[in-house]
Amino acid sequence: MLALNRKLFRDLWWMKGQATAIALVIASGVATFVMSLSTLEALTVTQAAYYRDYRFAEVFSALKRAPEPVRLQIEAIEGVQLVETRVTAAASIDIEGFEDPVTAQILSLPAHGRPLLNQLYLKQGRLVEPGRDNEVVVSEAFAAAHRFQPGDRLSATIRGRKKGLTIVGIALSPEFIYQLQPGAIIPDFRTYGILWMSREQLEAASDMKGAFNEVTVQLVKGADPALVIERMDQALARYGGLGAYSRKDQISHRYLSEEFRGLRQMAIMFPVIFLGVAAFLLNVVVTRLIDTQREQVAILKAFGYSTVDVVLHYVKFVLLIVLLGSALGIAAGVWLGSGLTTMYRDFYRFPFMLYQLRPALAITAVLISAAAAVAGTLWSVLRAARVPPAEAMKPAAPAKYRVSAVERFGLRRWLDQPTRMIVRNLERRPLKAALSVIGIAFACAVLVVGGFFKDSVDFMVDVQFRLAQRDDITVTFVEPASPKAMFTLARLEGVEEVEPFRSVPARLRFGHRTYRTAVRGVPAGNRLYRLLDTRLQPVALPPQGVVLTDYLAKILGIGVGDRLTIEVMEGNRPVREATVAGLVNEFIGVSAYMDLEALNRMMREGPLISGVYLTAQRPARPAILDKLKQMPRVAGAAMRENAFQNFYETMARQMLIFAFVNTILAATIALGVVYNSARVTLSERSRELASLRVLGFTRGEISFILLGELALLTLLALPVGCVIGRQLSAVMIANMQTDLFRAPVVIRPSTYSFAATVVLVAALLSGIAVRRKLDHLDLVAVLKARE
Amino acid sequence: MAEHDTVFTARGLTKIYRMGEIEVHALRGIDLDLYPGEFVVLLGPSGSGKSTLLNILGGLDRATSGHVSYHGKELTGASDRELTEYRRYHVGFVFQFYNLIPSLTARENVATVTEIARQPMKPEDALALVGLAERMDHFPSQLSGGEQQRVAIARAIAKNPAVLLCDEPTGALDSATGVLVLEALERVNRDLGTTTAVITHNASIAEMADRVIHLSDGHITTLERNASKRSPHELHW
Ligand SMILES: Nc1ncnc2c1ncn2[C@@H]1O[C@H](COP(=O)(O)OP(=O)(O)OP(=O)(O)O)[C@@H](O)[C@H]1O
Ligand SMILES: [Mg+2]
Repeated sequence: MLALNRKLFRDLWWMKGQATAIALVIASGVATFVMSLSTLEALTVTQAAYYRDYRFAEVFSALKRAPEPVRLQIEAIEGVQLVETRVTAAASIDIEGFEDPVTAQILSLPAHGRPLLNQLYLKQGRLVEPGRDNEVVVSEAFAAAHRFQPGDRLSATIRGRKKGLTIVGIALSPEFIYQLQPGAIIPDFRTYGILWMSREQLEAASDMKGAFNEVTVQLVKGADPALVIERMDQALARYGGLGAYSRKDQISHRYLSEEFRGLRQMAIMFPVIFLGVAAFLLNVVVTRLIDTQREQVAILKAFGYSTVDVVLHYVKFVLLIVLLGSALGIAAGVWLGSGLTTMYRDFYRFPFMLYQLRPALAITAVLISAAAAVAGTLWSVLRAARVPPAEAMKPAAPAKYRVSAVERFGLRRWLDQPTRMIVRNLERRPLKAALSVIGIAFACAVLVVGGFFKDSVDFMVDVQFRLAQRDDITVTFVEPASPKAMFTLARLEGVEEVEPFRSVPARLRFGHRTYRTAVRGVPAGNRLYRLLDTRLQPVALPPQGVVLTDYLAKILGIGVGDRLTIEVMEGNRPVREATVAGLVNEFIGVSAYMDLEALNRMMREGPLISGVYLTAQRPARPAILDKLKQMPRVAGAAMRENAFQNFYETMARQMLIFAFVNTILAATIALGVVYNSARVTLSERSRELASLRVLGFTRGEISFILLGELALLTLLALPVGCVIGRQLSAVMIANMQTDLFRAPVVIRPSTYSFAATVVLVAALLSGIAVRRKLDHLDLVAVLKARE
Repeated sequence: MAEHDTVFTARGLTKIYRMGEIEVHALRGIDLDLYPGEFVVLLGPSGSGKSTLLNILGGLDRATSGHVSYHGKELTGASDRELTEYRRYHVGFVFQFYNLIPSLTARENVATVTEIARQPMKPEDALALVGLAERMDHFPSQLSGGEQQRVAIARAIAKNPAVLLCDEPTGALDSATGVLVLEALERVNRDLGTTTAVITHNASIAEMADRVIHLSDGHITTLERNASKRSPHELHW
């Protein structure tokens, strides 16, 4: 059907503005889809490859001290493939010119060089050489935070002995993609680092000659980690084993997988919403487009083209646009995706990143958008084709107008003639007006969805670090200490308030479900660390029992009144039970809380504290930090102020970037939709408007009729769009809950107004484009050709 | 005359448009036979049902009751598919408002029909027949009303239809251009033997017809046969 195909291409060419706008909408949807899923795939594939190539261990256990031959016992456990023992030590680090207390975990490297498990990827320099004194390899994140280069020096205090060290290499490890200070919920690369030393030297420095205090294990393929863990715990019990755990409970892995989980939700939700919106818009636009070609459909039918021919014609038309849009979208998606993965590679410090676009993904994107588009087209073409040709061909009957409701309510005399035309026109075809409003509203909604995430994170951080946590410095001790330690700190100059806390690392168990976290002891009358209810009011801890973060309760499947088993992971590793006395709603991290005294009673260890919260005026803080650094029992001091920043830099950033990219795509969608609405309205009305011009209306007057209508529709759409946007955001967030954080739905007015502004600007630009078309309206041509 | 010698046979055709409460009786029982090769003109006041009748004959619309057959085949009750086929292979339409496809040139507009017909003319020949050989590559918006109407006629005749149905083909044209259009119609009728029915408000056009049908308020009031046909250039209005 040559002539018809010719018509196809010519129509497409004549509508190039509109076709481009539709193609852009599809492109944005497809781009989000391709970008999100290919990025996600790259991250997952890379993580797996990194773990495999650098032999990330599968089971881990820390213990007090075991002689090296114990390794053989572990090797003998069924299901164990490879065992590596090592020595680790906590150290406080002195870096010249850096004020805050810095701590590090130092790990041993085997004498023969490369470890069997958890191998290092050297970014710079070399590994430590046996026999050479005082060499150290540092983790890249830590090195980057302090701009370390091989050759730089630092000193470490291990077991009270200070040791000068020379950096010989900077490395990455699959074990520490996230480097989290024990007990912290947010990484801080400046005040906590990972260091690797030769085994020999570390043994000497930490009094571990011929012994080890950590063991990592690789399993035989298909072995059950739970069984191995049980046997390991038995084997290590008398060496002060602190409980073996699998990757699932390994901090770095857990954070990473939780974060990927959040990202995956986002990567699925955004495309679902965007493609859904794009499909809906496409349907609206195509429906209206075909409506304007109703008479052409009738002519074709009158000449004997079958309904199938006509439908195929328009389906081809739409498919062309879809193909154009998807091609564009795939290209943009790959570009954004590879850019994003590069950013993620730097962010997670993966040694490499495997990015590729699977053809299946591209094909899926095309199929989804084609299906959506065709579904909408079929419906409207069939509707147009169902009209008897005779009907469609009759000279356009004067449309049935009537006095509008607005006018009937007595406003009539306030409205001039053109305004009446606008109002009556909208009232005459309320469905069409509603569709336009919904279309523009969705454009506004996707912008809200793109932007709300930052608001939610801001709110969450604000609650956590201003309302809940109100100290200035959190001091943690190397080992639980007596309350006397708190009074020592309270006497430091400039310290205003102090409040102790106890933190007991534990595996919480309910039924077959477990979760590794810490039970926090909070003193009665707590002021510096508060628990908040849903209305953000402080709640007091009950004198008995344990209070859980509601999300933790969900993970464990436990409820108020149930008995929680607490398997303590320090000291003598007692196993205790406590009744769940309540739940608190927390946005960041998951914890269990007890009254400090109740916790100490339960532990039967006397009044011990793990650390102290303190407040001090800003000018006094450097001196305090300096003093803290000199106290051997202080393991670390964290400034709350830094926690904000760290949260953004480490945990929320990748999601914020993701949301930002999506906001840009959302803006494209908004522009495409509004422009299309304007253009379709123009083609629907050009005959009428040209007739008015013939009757003596000015350009300004007819523009007012058309653009006034557009403006009215846009203004109606904004509040609707904000409501839809909020709902979509809620759906999205409900799917993004992780251990790490659970952002609430918070949308600032600025996000709404940003969305509204983008839509308004899009409307303005479209208005200008349409106005220019109106100014060049060829009256003769419009009236002559009965389109 | 036996039924199968007629092109169209209509018996008791009615058409009622319902608009809510109101019923409009557009046709109130039409009995009519049209014969092969004949040139018929339909006259009647506005709203008398001319277009409605033509649309039903052409398979564009369906009667409310009554029968109409084409060469002995029932059109009433035919399926959409059969009607489409009927229009595709047997009927040529010319509309009062041309109804050309604006995005296609004159030649391409004609081609839309020739491409799906069984034994079509070449689009160029059809356009030459209506005197538009020179304007084949013009778009509708670049043509005058009369030229557009002649493209519409070329489009209608290009498939060599058995019947040509024209709804006020000269309605929007001046008399000189009207004559050109009518000549084109006459030529097709004479040379190709196409049964032709033309609706008009112009009584003088009736003089070129074999028979003239007068409609009024949905009825056929008179049906007269012209003793002598005139050729279009002899007509004046
Ligand atoms: N779709 C419709 N709905 C309601 N009434 C209709 C419809 N189409 C036609 N009519 C009515 O049917 C009657 C006959 O209409 P038709 O178009 O056949 O008249 P006509 O003889 O062709 O008139 P004209 O010479 O003005 O074209 C008229 O009264 C018209 O109002
Ligand atoms: Mg008529």
